[in-house]
Amino acid sequence: MFSFFHGGVHPDDSKANTRHKQVEYLPPPEFLILPLSMHIGAPCEPCVTLGDDVLLGQVIANSGAPVAAPIHSPVSGRVTAIEPRSHPNGSRVMSIVIQNDGLDKLHPEIAPYGSVESLTPEELLGVVRDAGIVGLGGAAFPAHVKVRSGLGKVTRVIINGCECEPYITSDHRLLLESPEEVLGGLKILMKIFGINKGTIAIEANKRDAIENIRRTLPRRGEGIEVRSLAVRYPQGAEKQLIQAVADREVPPGALPAAVGVAVFNVDTAAAIHRAVTTGMPLLRRIVTVSGSAVSNAKNLSVRIGTPMETVFAATGGFRETPGKVLAGGPMMGIAQFDLTAPVVKSTNALLAFSQREVNASREQTCIRCGKCVQVCPMKLEPTYLYMYERKNRTDMLEKYHLSDCIECGSCAYICPGRLHLVHSVRTGKQKLNAARAAAKEGK
Amino acid sequence: MDAPLTVSSSPHIHDEESIRSIMTDVCIALLFPLALGTYYFEMKALYLTLVSVLSCVVFEFLYRKALKKTNTIRDMSAVVTGMLLAFTLPVSTPYWVVVVGAFFAIVVVKQLYGGLGKNFMNPALAARAFLVVSFPAYTGIFTEPTFHEDGFSFFSTPDAISAATPLASLKQGVLPENYDLQNLLFGEIPGCIGEVSALILIIGGLWLLARRVITPRVPVSYLGTVALLTFVFSPAGVDSLQFMLYSILSGGLMLGAIFMATDYTTCPVTKRGQILYGIGCGLLTVFIRYFGKMPESVCFSILIMNTLVWMLDKAGRARRFGVRPFAFLFKKGG
Repeated sequence: MFSFFHGGVHPDDSKANTRHKQVEYLPPPEFLILPLSMHIGAPCEPCVTLGDDVLLGQVIANSGAPVAAPIHSPVSGRVTAIEPRSHPNGSRVMSIVIQNDGLDKLHPEIAPYGSVESLTPEELLGVVRDAGIVGLGGAAFPAHVKVRSGLGKVTRVIINGCECEPYITSDHRLLLESPEEVLGGLKILMKIFGINKGTIAIEANKRDAIENIRRTLPRRGEGIEVRSLAVRYPQGAEKQLIQAVADREVPPGALPAAVGVAVFNVDTAAAIHRAVTTGMPLLRRIVTVSGSAVSNAKNLSVRIGTPMETVFAATGGFRETPGKVLAGGPMMGIAQFDLTAPVVKSTNALLAFSQREVNASREQTCIRCGKCVQVCPMKLEPTYLYMYERKNRTDMLEKYHLSDCIECGSCAYICPGRLHLVHSVRTGKQKLNAARAAAKEGK
Repeated sequence: MDAPLTVSSSPHIHDEESIRSIMTDVCIALLFPLALGTYYFEMKALYLTLVSVLSCVVFEFLYRKALKKTNTIRDMSAVVTGMLLAFTLPVSTPYWVVVVGAFFAIVVVKQLYGGLGKNFMNPALAARAFLVVSFPAYTGIFTEPTFHEDGFSFFSTPDAISAATPLASLKQGVLPENYDLQNLLFGEIPGCIGEVSALILIIGGLWLLARRVITPRVPVSYLGTVALLTFVFSPAGVDSLQFMLYSILSGGLMLGAIFMATDYTTCPVTKRGQILYGIGCGLLTVFIRYFGKMPESVCFSILIMNTLVWMLDKAGRARRFGVRPFAFLFKKGG
């Protein structure tokens, strides 16, 4: 089927290690760490205090800010600390530490909300908010905010099952093992938006998942289609997926709703379905554990807040001392230095690589080959952005649309001179923000 | 955790292609014309190329050493320059002239501007231009190829018979009498070491395309422009199609369009810029061939376009993602 977005690269997908492995349940550890910021937006305020007993599913932190999502206790037990702890994003974030009593005593308010048909769109949206659901593909944008901002504008929901990052198979396994949850989530979203057009987009390297979900589709379709997309990175990036599926380009600085589309990750859709049908908020997620330094690559269902070291230990520990550990995929994932940091809502993979594979390439030189320009899905000129960042030319960074960059890493992946282009873009964005702030102050 | 974990910015994986692998691919592509050049112009052609490559590498090494800069000869770019420089010279060129050319290419054109990726002109072409204007007595004599009816000998030397090239006939507005199109394809014509056979250069170009070192944008827009202009503006009394085919197959055009104009550093990085650049090269080549006094059409047209790359990159910038074409027309106010 016709699908197209600009640029892109073809890294080896490296998914063979975990593609066929059923998701295993990882029992919760003794201590869970829940950072107060696991989403884009305002951090939550704790609503429990030190020494409080908490129940499974109880709200332990919340925020009145418009862009935020509440946090629930993934186990029953006691609050033993509220203090800054390591976060997968590399900083230290105020976190609630819960000692697990191992009983999983359910909070009394957790109960199914009733059938989807019996609930109004507004009630369903309330469930999405109360369940603390955020974008589980990696962005962690609060789902209820995305839905509310698109009400009345969105005419089509796209469920993102591309999983274009190498190694990661958590979405793939979900589509194979619980397709009805994904489909259920899509139907709920379509009901909230009041529309009858939904697309589930999956890359062609997951043929079994495509066939599986097609079998689950209602007989008359009910406006839902499954699209198979040619494999290319970064297909799963929001703007690129919209371009591939709906053939629309999201204008600079605008939300997808501006072109009538809302995109949700398959895991987000499944979480919405679970929240409505079981009343259970977002407490666990599927994490792919893989990489050359891992003994047994696995897909695990992990309680949020489980320390990374516990997750790695559950796969039989390391085959050899890892040289690099990533939260997320190898294209956009964040390198970790402290494995006591927990799995958060957006952690879709934990990868450990041997010392040999650590890509410690020294930066060489730009030979102006133009490959970065060819592969950029946002049609930028990374080599010029790199040059102007080096020269602190924030005026030119602005002119060359630096802020359009989605940091997908295609340019740095392809660069034969091994330039650290994404790093340069991040630095450039900081310089640009500083320059804008200075300009505002001067006025 | 005893060993420290490496923390670096994403992405954490990398395509295997490197500067060195790209330059090696170009060298491989250039081995085809080198083999044929050696067949037609005897071992002197091979020795001349070796001297050129060696001098380029040595000059690069010495310059970087003297200025206490990192040693860059391992990136293979000096080898490419050396091969290309030799290919643009007739086989009768004295060795010392090649060494002077290599010095100009590597030290003056490439390293003085900061080395690989920083020069604004193609080093091999600039050196050729320098040699042509400095030593016309050596660079203007073209040798007839040998056909080895009695078998190839490693010891024979080519006869330095100077002959009129097909391009010289074309400049007179007539088709060459002694050479047909097949001669031009297979390189059975007098000319420089690496540019006589259009066919072998196209094979080298296909290798570069297959290895994704180059895209067709520059060669196709360059050759296409020359083809179109020579077809439309062929001299009176000459078959347009014949004239067009002779025009694109003769002189240094194939070598220039496939190997020189596509030089990364001295061509635009934007897609539209590359097409404009190819068209510009084609226009200048035809203009110089029609109206110029010197035969250096390809060499000078590429060098002139080299100087416009900065501007072409700006002109060729893609439409911003998410902004409709000609959006400025719809803007309200200002």
